[in-house]
Amino acid sequence: MIYSPSHSAVIIFCLFVGVTLGLSFYLGKRAKSSAGYFAAHGQIPWFVNGVAFAGDYLSAASFLGICGMIAFHGYDGFLYSIGFLAGWIVALFVVAEPMKRLGKFTFADALNSTFDSRGIKLAAGVSTLAVSVFYLIPQMVGAGVLVQPLLGLPHWAGVLIVGAVVITIVVTAGMVSTTWVQFLKGSLLVIFSAVLTMMILHRGFDVQQEVLNPVTVTKTAAGETLINGLQLGNGPGETLLPPVGHVSKLPGGLSKTGPLGPLEFLSTLEKSEVVLWNSKKTIAEDGSVTITYTPKPTPGSEVLRPGQHPKFRGIRSDQFADKLNFLSLMLALFCGTASLPHILIRYYTVKDEAAARKSTIVGIGCIGFFYVLTLYMGLGAMTSGAMDVTNSNMAAPLLARSMGEWMFAIISAIAFTTVLGTVSGLILASAGAVAHDLVDSFSSTPLTDHQQVRIAKIASVVVGSIAIVLGILFQKLNVGYLVGWAFSVAASANLPALVMLLFWKRTTRQGLIAAIVVGMTSSLAWILLSADTYSQVYGLPAKDALVPFSQPGIVTIPLGFITLIVVSLLTNRNRESVSEI
Amino acid sequence: MNTRNTRIGLVLFLLYLLLYGGFVLLNTFSPGTMEATPWAGINVAIVYGILLIVVAFVLALVYGFLCSPSEDDE
Repeated sequence: MIYSPSHSAVIIFCLFVGVTLGLSFYLGKRAKSSAGYFAAHGQIPWFVNGVAFAGDYLSAASFLGICGMIAFHGYDGFLYSIGFLAGWIVALFVVAEPMKRLGKFTFADALNSTFDSRGIKLAAGVSTLAVSVFYLIPQMVGAGVLVQPLLGLPHWAGVLIVGAVVITIVVTAGMVSTTWVQFLKGSLLVIFSAVLTMMILHRGFDVQQEVLNPVTVTKTAAGETLINGLQLGNGPGETLLPPVGHVSKLPGGLSKTGPLGPLEFLSTLEKSEVVLWNSKKTIAEDGSVTITYTPKPTPGSEVLRPGQHPKFRGIRSDQFADKLNFLSLMLALFCGTASLPHILIRYYTVKDEAAARKSTIVGIGCIGFFYVLTLYMGLGAMTSGAMDVTNSNMAAPLLARSMGEWMFAIISAIAFTTVLGTVSGLILASAGAVAHDLVDSFSSTPLTDHQQVRIAKIASVVVGSIAIVLGILFQKLNVGYLVGWAFSVAASANLPALVMLLFWKRTTRQGLIAAIVVGMTSSLAWILLSADTYSQVYGLPAKDALVPFSQPGIVTIPLGFITLIVVSLLTNRNRESVSEI
Repeated sequence: MNTRNTRIGLVLFLLYLLLYGGFVLLNTFSPGTMEATPWAGINVAIVYGILLIVVAFVLALVYGFLCSPSEDDE
């Protein structure tokens, strides 16, 4: 779709970036030491930290990916919302307080608190980097997706802008500025999602009787884009992609519902009929690729049930392996949150365990509220008549556009800030892993405070640049889906080590290292050999994939635990086990 | 180590695990159940889903109240 840039969006966005950068330079003075740079001196008030949790966690994947998935396929996107939130239960009840008690700056600190081993530092540092980079890809893709309608710039420009702004934020004031950016973003995102939801409920549904014709989008070998055979563009003889998504039938033959209550909204949709769009890709002999989008009137009862999305269709299959794929994803989401390094380091920014606990509760409140709203925003987008069939990631901003130009400007700018907040957390986690864990485990003398901060700043620039490149390479993938992978790797590599260290007294140094290495490599290998990666990344037929289903969690998380137990038992005689924590 | 907090945390964790596990298993092995509309014309999938989110917050609050602040000094 061609988008004309919105001037108000540009103004609001520049204002946001200006405020965050100004804040960052102002706060830079407070982050000279390593305690300041990595952990904001542990001085962040718990309420601010709780909202910053929401800002850290609610990524572009939550906002753009989940809304897009619900808008295009119905209920299934909400399964991600549920899984993402459930993970916080593990974070609060199992991980929060010990993390604060045992660690100082990084995830590796907590694991290494009793052993003081270079091996643990190295393994945990590498896994932090791997998970963070994996998680960075969808965030950067989200940035590119947003910049097209916002500024009228190409995908790569969006990735580059976000990359540059984030690197500046992280390099100037580390955790101090990152926290405040995340606090700002978390508050804005939750408040304006609520406003948008109220507007959706106020608008209700109205029936549009359109002639339903399939839409074809052809990318010719020469690189031109044709819509239904006509050139894409605004000029004469050219055409634009028609916006889609509407209710085709309401219960009782109504043509308009008027304002609806939150429950009424769902029960009305259940009895209505909505037009969804299926896509089919064909490749012609001359190398041109045509995607045909076919409208399909679908009963609301099917829209609101699980198993409509191609990735979730497995739950209606008779094959057990297809069902396992779903179980595996839901397990990874549950276990993943408490293993994400950029979330874990936020426990070091508050003063004690009680503050860690309270801020997690605030975080759960904000995040849970937001995830309930994703259902309304997704369904609101589905019926807004403003969707772009070719791009599910644009659902939330386009929904806002259907409400008015100012709402579009605000929501797009917030979505952009959303990317900034999460990406700065991820880059900071990676920089901490490099400076505090990896370099430290290789150098013979301990690094000075000043050296650590300097290395962390250099690492931020390097990781940020890598993220920019990956964000440009992977621009076609749905951002919500990619995040599922990051969760799988995090849960497989980090959770077994963390949980067993806390609850099993016979855990040994070697056991921890083995669990991280095995969990990380097995889950990465599984993803690289899966059907989804075959079809979406390599462009190979999905049926050639070497693993039976795409989501690794259900195999690789238990594998991490088993590895840890076996290796610990084998090495136990060295008497290096955790005696007391 | 604050054992009382850990114990409360584990009990609440297991409680939530049961609820979440029930949701996931129901989706996997009986997707038809999720389509039923037992209450206010809203299907089980949505009621159970939103319930999981609300209960997570309620349990978090319960945990917050049960862990008395004085114990953090131990």
